[in-house]
Amino acid sequence: MTNNILDFEKPLLELSAKIKELQSFMDEKGLDLSEELMKLKERAAKLQREIYASLNTLQIIQIARHPNRPTAKDYINYIFDEFIELHGDRKFSDDKALIGGIGLIDNQPFTFLGHQKGKTTKENLSRNFGMAHPEGYRKALRLMKEAEKFNRPVLSLINTPGAYPGIGAEERGQAEAIARNLMEMSALRVPIIVVVTGEGGSGGALGIGLGDRIMMLEYSYYSVSTPEACAAILWKDSEKAGEAAEALKITAKALRELGIIDRIIKEPAGGAHQNPQEAAMFLKEAVLEEYRALSKLSPEELVNRRYMKYRQLGVYSEDINNATAGEILKEEVE
Amino acid sequence: MFKDLFGKPKYVTVRTRSKQEKEDNSPDSRLWTKCNGCKQIIFNKKLVENLLVCPECNYHFRLSARDRLAITIDEDSFQEFGQDIYSADPLEFPNYKEKLAKARVKTGLNEAIITGEATINGYPVVIGVMDFNFMGGSMGSVVGEKVTLAIERSIETRKPLILITTAGGARMQEGMISLMQMAKTSAAVKKLDEAGILYISIMTDPTSGGVTASFASLADIIIAEKGALIAFAGPRVIQQTINTSLPEGFQRAEFLLEHGMIDMVLSRHEIKDTLTSILKIHQVGVSNYD
Ligand SMILES: [Zn+2]
Repeated sequence: MTNNILDFEKPLLELSAKIKELQSFMDEKGLDLSEELMKLKERAAKLQREIYASLNTLQIIQIARHPNRPTAKDYINYIFDEFIELHGDRKFSDDKALIGGIGLIDNQPFTFLGHQKGKTTKENLSRNFGMAHPEGYRKALRLMKEAEKFNRPVLSLINTPGAYPGIGAEERGQAEAIARNLMEMSALRVPIIVVVTGEGGSGGALGIGLGDRIMMLEYSYYSVSTPEACAAILWKDSEKAGEAAEALKITAKALRELGIIDRIIKEPAGGAHQNPQEAAMFLKEAVLEEYRALSKLSPEELVNRRYMKYRQLGVYSEDINNATAGEILKEEVE
Repeated sequence: MFKDLFGKPKYVTVRTRSKQEKEDNSPDSRLWTKCNGCKQIIFNKKLVENLLVCPECNYHFRLSARDRLAITIDEDSFQEFGQDIYSADPLEFPNYKEKLAKARVKTGLNEAIITGEATINGYPVVIGVMDFNFMGGSMGSVVGEKVTLAIERSIETRKPLILITTAGGARMQEGMISLMQMAKTSAAVKKLDEAGILYISIMTDPTSGGVTASFASLADIIIAEKGALIAFAGPRVIQQTINTSLPEGFQRAEFLLEHGMIDMVLSRHEIKDTLTSILKIHQVGVSNYD
């Protein structure tokens, strides 16, 4: 835990070191400095609130990408009472970057899907840094069809920098695999609950991300492109990643305001990596609550509502004079 | 048939190439063009007569949406719909309004796709054609909505749907709203599929990113134009990721055919006749059931 400290976490760590110091000083000397200690702890809590209330988007991305951030397997361990992992797409191979299985959460069966990152370099290499190949998306579809057959809701946890951009992935139809999932997920006759737990990297995230309820952890992000790539493409300057990050509106809060997601799941103080178990409990609570509401709908209602949810997505104008570029257009034409 | 294009100069838009458009391979405004394929000098008159395909080496220059439409459908059969939908700027993204305005002036289009009803050798269809000159054919809210409207029109009229794509990916300036157009259009294709309507996708150079990873890859029949780049991730991104050189012909139409991702690769001259055959076979099948 002493590794991987984010810059903005440093003042907090300094304070908590002071608290520890004071504590051991008290114990050593047998002095009662509990009032001082209380003050220090209050100060630490206040500082943490202040820091986390004013994080910029790049800082939130740092938390979302934190090496100690809980992975899909961590969440499985914390929230499932029983879990069996299932493997393979029955076509080519088993993708270790996108895992799936079946299990029980508070006695309710779920089919689980999730991108799997590693915490060490070795783990990350075997998990391809959570970047799935077509096989991952096809395994996910196979498991979703199975979920539909057995009337099991689907829980999908997103945490990927993106679908893998490689030769094999292109040869085997990365685009087709993602497209097919979107098409089939739109009409799957069981509830699909989606949570972005860390990185929501573009099409690779969306490939298991179409659902009835879309939620995001407080310090996750979901974006059409990484801010670095966006800055490089639009401004030919990857140094402008900070600007791009703000402009793209990719935080849970911004996306809730835009109506892209339905709910933000609170994280423990300091982020999920500070307390994975508590983070998992918040997630479990939200998932079960959403599932209870969705389970009241018939499959037809469920699918119709899901269709309408996506049918309505988009912001445009039907009047050129109201369209934002109207005035500029006239000037340029003249 | 080819005379139609030449005989309708209002549709033939041979544009000036500006410096920022180095990658735009449309012929320039002089009398002649240097071919990107064989590097020979070709007279523009010849190129236009040959549907902007190099008569020497068969290199396919990119077509604007209007030109593509002109060589695909029957003359005067186009009835446009969805033309009154304009991009807003939901994120107030830096310079988006200006870029939209420029794209409108440059292409004479309201957005990166035109949609309408038409006939192809007498067969009625719903057709959508994308234009790479409009912000790289990127899919934002308007493209997503117009593709969805075209699908709905197909379901309503039971006319086959033809979508001719060229796209650099998602419209970054609309952020996650543009990513969600992948979900929206794919869900609409599912409705079309359930309604039992024929959908033909024609991928032209280049078709990549979110358009490839949504409606373009979900057709009953997928045609690619000769030599077209068709990708999820662009070659440059892959090159940077894997740090080795890419195989010859990687992500070209012929490569996708070899890997089983598309039904056929056609040269530009073959597309209209092949579409006609498919529509004819399909119509016979449908009327046998009725
Ligand atoms: Zn040539």
